[in-house]
Amino acid sequence: MAAEATSRSARSGTGWQGLVLPLLLPSWLVIGIFMLVPVALMAVYSFLTKDFRGGIVWQFSLDAYDQFFVERGLFGDEPPLPNWTYITIFWRSIWQAGLATLLCLIIGFPTAWFIATRNPRHRALWVFLITVPYWVNLLIRTVSMRFLLRDHGPFNEMLMAIGLIDSPLRIINTDLAVQIGLFYSYLPFMVLPIYAAVERYNFALSEAARDLYAGPWTVLREIVLPTVKPGIVAGCILVFVPSLGAFLAPDLLGGARTYMIGSLIDEQFRGSAGNWPFGSAVAMILLTMVLAVLLWQVRVATREKR
Amino acid sequence: MKKLALVFTLLSTPAFAAGELKVYHWFEYMPQELVDKFKAETGINVTIDTYDSNEAMLASLKAGRLGQYDVAVPGDYMVKIMADQGLLDSFTADEMPNFDNIQDEWLDVPFDPGRKHSIPYQWGSTAFSVNRDVYKGDINTLAIIFDPPEELKGRINVLDSQGEVLALASMYMGIPQCTQDRDQLKTLMAMLLEAKANWASFGSDTAKDVLVSGDAAAGMIYNGFSAKARAEGANIEYAYPKEGAVVWMDNVVLLKDAPNRENALKFMNFLLDPKNAAAVTNYAAYTPGVKGTEPFLADEIKNSPENNPPEGATFDFVAACDKETQRLYDTIWTNLKR
Repeated sequence: MAAEATSRSARSGTGWQGLVLPLLLPSWLVIGIFMLVPVALMAVYSFLTKDFRGGIVWQFSLDAYDQFFVERGLFGDEPPLPNWTYITIFWRSIWQAGLATLLCLIIGFPTAWFIATRNPRHRALWVFLITVPYWVNLLIRTVSMRFLLRDHGPFNEMLMAIGLIDSPLRIINTDLAVQIGLFYSYLPFMVLPIYAAVERYNFALSEAARDLYAGPWTVLREIVLPTVKPGIVAGCILVFVPSLGAFLAPDLLGGARTYMIGSLIDEQFRGSAGNWPFGSAVAMILLTMVLAVLLWQVRVATREKR
Repeated sequence: MKKLALVFTLLSTPAFAAGELKVYHWFEYMPQELVDKFKAETGINVTIDTYDSNEAMLASLKAGRLGQYDVAVPGDYMVKIMADQGLLDSFTADEMPNFDNIQDEWLDVPFDPGRKHSIPYQWGSTAFSVNRDVYKGDINTLAIIFDPPEELKGRINVLDSQGEVLALASMYMGIPQCTQDRDQLKTLMAMLLEAKANWASFGSDTAKDVLVSGDAAAGMIYNGFSAKARAEGANIEYAYPKEGAVVWMDNVVLLKDAPNRENALKFMNFLLDPKNAAAVTNYAAYTPGVKGTEPFLADEIKNSPENNPPEGATFDFVAACDKETQRLYDTIWTNLKR
C-alpha cells in the first residue's frame, strides 16, 4: 500500500492527489456517523408521535412543533393562541448567552492582549495558567461555584467580614448565578482565539499609525480591531454557542427554577416530561438558529475578503 | 478477520461477565461496606450508577439503558408503571431462599401482586423539614410549602420529582390524586404556579445539602434524608402535615434483559437477609420491609422523630395515573418547571 502510494505520488509529481480520497475518508466517516446520523435521527424524531413516558411511536405528527408555537390550554381544546412560553425560554437563553459573551469579551480581550505582549518566552506560561483550571471537569467546577456563591459561602462571608454588607447577598439560585457560571465556564474560549490573533499582529502598524497622529482610540478602532477581528468573532462564537445550550449552570447555580434551552431539552429526555419528539423539535429549532448565525458570520467574512 | 471473530467471541463469552452486577440505584442509598460485603461473600463485582427521581430512572431506561442494568430500585407506583410497560423480568420465590423474610404486609402489595418482579428495599415518607432557627411557628401543614409564611418565602427547596410534588399538592388542596375533574386540575396548576414564586430551587439529590448549608430554610425531603441532615448539624424539624404526607416503598426490581440475571437474584437475596437490610437502614435512616431486623437496628435510627410519626398522622402512596391524566400531569409539571 505504502509503496504503491509513493510510486503514484512520484508519477503525479505534485504529491498527494491520489491519496486525497482515502485520507479524507476517516474524517468523513466520523462526521457522517457521529454528526449527520444523530442530527438526521433527531429531525425524524421531531416529526413523530410521543409515546407514554419517553419513547416514540412511528407515526407522523406535527404535535411537537405545535406544542412549541401554539398555546391550547391545559386540556388542548381552547382556541389556539401564540405560545410565548418556549419563546421566552429561548429569549432568556439568548440574553444570558449574549451577556456572557459580552462579559467574556470585555475581560478576555485585555487578558489576551496582555499575554500576547509579554516576552515570547513567558507567553506559553500565561496560556498554561489560563487553561489549568479547565483541566477540571465542568461539573465539578460548577458545583464548586455553588459552594462559593451560597448564602453562607466564602464569597458572602468575606464581604460580610470586611463590612461591605450586613446580610448575605442572594446570589445562588438567581439568574445572576447562572450568568457568573456561564462567564466563568467559557472565558478561555474567548481568550485563546483572541490571543492567537493578537500574537500575529504586527505592532509596527500601531507605531506607524501613531507617527501619523492617530490617537490611541483611533489606532484601536481603525487598525487593531479590524486586524484581530477573526479572533474576536471566533471567540464570540465559541462562547455564545455552548452558553446557549448550557444546562449545568441553570440546573446547579440557578436552582433549576428557570429553564434555559439546554435544561428544557434535558427534561424531555432525562427528566419526567419524557417527550422525545418535543425535545428533538426544540433541539432542531435551536440548531437552525445557531446555523443561521454561523452562516451569516461566514457570509460577512467572505464579503469582507472580497 | 480471524482476529475480529476472536474479539467478538471474547466479548460474548458469558464467563467473562460471570462476576458482574450492574445496579441502577438512588443516590446515597447503599453503604459502601455493604457492597464490599456482598463482593466478599460472592466474588461478584458491583457497579452502581445513580439517579435522582423515579421518572428520571424510567426515562433513562427507556432511552436505551435497558439491558445494561440488572436491577433498579423504583418506588411503589413506578414498579407498577415499569411492570405495565414490560420493563421488568419476573422470578419465583424458589429462586430466592430469603424470600420468606419479606414482612407479611409487604408481601402482596397492589403495585406488584404476589411480588413477582420486586422485593422490598426500604420504606419511608416524604414531607418537608423546616429550619427552626428561621421559623418557629406551627409547621405541621403543607401550607409551609405551598403558601409559606413570610420568613420562609424565597428560601424553599422542592424535590425535583413530579409524583411526590403533585401528590402533596393534591393533598394540600384536598383533591384526589389523579383527578380527572377539569376545575380541580386547573386550580391545582394555578396553585402550584403561585407557590413557585416562593420557591428558591428544585433539587432532590441536593435536598439534604441545601438544608445543612442554610441555602434553604425549608425543603421537601424524605424522612431518612432529613434525619441525616439533622445528624449533620442542621437545626431542622421534620413535619407531619395535617393534610397528609406521602408514604413510599422503594423496591429492588429485576430488570428485563438483565445481563447478569443470576447475580441479580443473589443480590436481591442478599438484601433480604435481616442483617443486611438493617445495614441499609442504619445508613439511610428509613425502615426495612424485612423480618428480624430489630436486633441489628441502631437505636438513634429506630427512635428518630423522622421514623416515629405522631398519633393521627396520615399518609398516602403516590398513585399511578392513567395515561390521559398522566399527560395532563406532565403538562402541569412542565408549566411549573419552565
